[in-house]
Amino acid sequence: MTSTDTARVVHGPKRPGTPALEARGLTKHFPVHGGLRRGRVVRAVEDVSLALPEGTVTAVVGESGSGKSTLSRLLTRLIAPTAGELLLDGEPVGDSARARRGYAGQVHLVLQDPFSSLNAVHSIRYHLQRPLKLHHGLRGSELDARAAELLERVSLTPAERYLDKFPHELSGGQRQRVAIARGLAVQPRVLLADEPVSMLDVSIRLGVLNLLDELRERERLAILYVTHDIASARYLADTVVVMYAGQIVESGPAVQVTDEPAHPYTRLLLSAAPDPQRREPVLLRGRGAPPSLIDPPSGCRFHPRCPLAMPVCAETAPPVRPAAGDQVAACWLLDPERAPGTTPA
Amino acid sequence: MTGEPVLEVRDLCVDYGVGKGGVRAVTDATLTLRRGEVLGLAGESGSGKSTLAYAVTRLLRAPGVITGGEVRFHGPDGVLDLLEADAATLRRIRWDQISVVFQSAMHALNPVARIDAQLTDALRAHRAQLGPAERRERAVELLRLVGIGEERLRSYPHELSGGMRQRVMIAMALALEPRVVIMDEPTTALDVVTQREILDELMQLKDRLGFAIVFITHDLSLLIELADTIAIMYAGRIVELADAQRLFHSPRHPYTLGLLNSFPALHGERVRMEGIPGAPPALTALPAGCAFHPRCPFALERCAHDVPRLTEPAEPDGAPADRSAACWLHTGGEQVPEPLARVLGSTL
Repeated sequence: MTSTDTARVVHGPKRPGTPALEARGLTKHFPVHGGLRRGRVVRAVEDVSLALPEGTVTAVVGESGSGKSTLSRLLTRLIAPTAGELLLDGEPVGDSARARRGYAGQVHLVLQDPFSSLNAVHSIRYHLQRPLKLHHGLRGSELDARAAELLERVSLTPAERYLDKFPHELSGGQRQRVAIARGLAVQPRVLLADEPVSMLDVSIRLGVLNLLDELRERERLAILYVTHDIASARYLADTVVVMYAGQIVESGPAVQVTDEPAHPYTRLLLSAAPDPQRREPVLLRGRGAPPSLIDPPSGCRFHPRCPLAMPVCAETAPPVRPAAGDQVAACWLLDPERAPGTTPA
Repeated sequence: MTGEPVLEVRDLCVDYGVGKGGVRAVTDATLTLRRGEVLGLAGESGSGKSTLAYAVTRLLRAPGVITGGEVRFHGPDGVLDLLEADAATLRRIRWDQISVVFQSAMHALNPVARIDAQLTDALRAHRAQLGPAERRERAVELLRLVGIGEERLRSYPHELSGGMRQRVMIAMALALEPRVVIMDEPTTALDVVTQREILDELMQLKDRLGFAIVFITHDLSLLIELADTIAIMYAGRIVELADAQRLFHSPRHPYTLGLLNSFPALHGERVRMEGIPGAPPALTALPAGCAFHPRCPFALERCAHDVPRLTEPAEPDGAPADRSAACWLHTGGEQVPEPLARVLGSTL
């Protein structure tokens, strides 16, 4: 069993003032139904504290099964956490239907697959006007004007050309822009983008990433960018948060984390990522696959794969410690009393 | 490292459907694969890269029709035109000489057959002289080759992880020691660490066994690390063909340049990148002239009505090109924009 008795460290970009959205100690255990493991739980997300200030992009990076998508679903309240709480502008969010609707108007999710997240039998106009009706009670000509304005905000111009089209008439990138525009319709403070470009053609991915960047700048949105592509996280994000087996193992300024990774898992991810500028053959330090989250390894969940594991790593979960500046990592190598003579490179 | 050709594709054309409803998916593709070489085929969805590979292996299903060209395979008993080959010849060559690793191992493996049955199936068909014990021995050997233990022989596909299933697919493709292995996005569905492990093993196996690989992917940054030669496809045509390092450091086609600018770097200053404006065209509504011209920042007037052929560009330093690009900018007389006129030596 992993102990999480350490003082709470809040990950995410450091900005003065109250963050738009903050998660404290967010934990999700999915019960296992049926089969031999009935009655046990999948520890999908464990004690995640994350602050998303306005006007910032936070990237969550990890492999499949790291809990990054569960985290984004917890943040949208599509699933209820096992423990922990959410604060919107510093206020705990309520559970009433009214509070939920208010929350849905503030925090919006953009899904991975724009081919299935838009309804094939409805026009773009319908997709954009529905949230305007439901959340803002708009009617008549105002609706059309606002829908057109939304399309312009995601650079689908002239808007009239797109309003009466159906999803199948648009390219993948255009569809994803419509999905983002629909998210903007409710005037959210927070946009949660779960792998928003991984289904898109390579040449149009950057266009959508640049759009997210503009929305951060122009509309001061707090954006969570969930991805498996660490290079795009470095490109877009202010802060990179690295997840492994349901826990945050490292976070810090995007360039710093990717240039000087402190956690052995971050180093492994970076060494495995495609890099045309690489000169030497890759040396993977930490082969294998992420563990089962039903019965995760004791101590540090990465220790069975870690090339630098020490005896303590198998016994006690490492506390989150500062590595350099705003960069923090949960690794015993950063503990001056435990680390071997040399500091990690 | 590279030797005589094993597979030569000349002016291959593939249509989907015939008559008025037909579209051309691959136009005049010309490629040479040499022994021990990794040839990368890169392009976006709909660029024809998979269609090209399936046409070459004659695995193309209706409504796909090969409408022209030739595919010469240099086998152990001489040169053979695969497009002319009859069913019996194809059956003999497929898997034995040319094997394929399909995109999704989840769907390519039979879910109700155990791994050993699937691994030995090709041996049973092509190596009739082997007995059951020898086949099993070979299956164990193959699994070991791709880093899987013997105990997995009796597993069903659903009992293996995605990475293991993909390894089994690779083991199957290598079972008969083919000369050519065609890999269609073999690691796209996998996590980066698993992808890297499998690709490392694959490259070691290639060096040891000496087969040639056609590697199809949309991930150009990965391909540059992996491939010896890269062919970039756009809207059914090969638009650039060059050595991987030269393609990366000194692209000649504006589309290649745009693709390279679509992958954020892992190092250095963060700079805003623009990708390529617009979207890839549908094959049913290809622009006239060069299919890339509506998205091309350097388009000339003639690009809108003349289709450029794949030719050797005139190199800025006058050296022999030994590469080709299908772009009017390089046919002489035009001022070539700086990003498309780099010389490999000057950037290193």
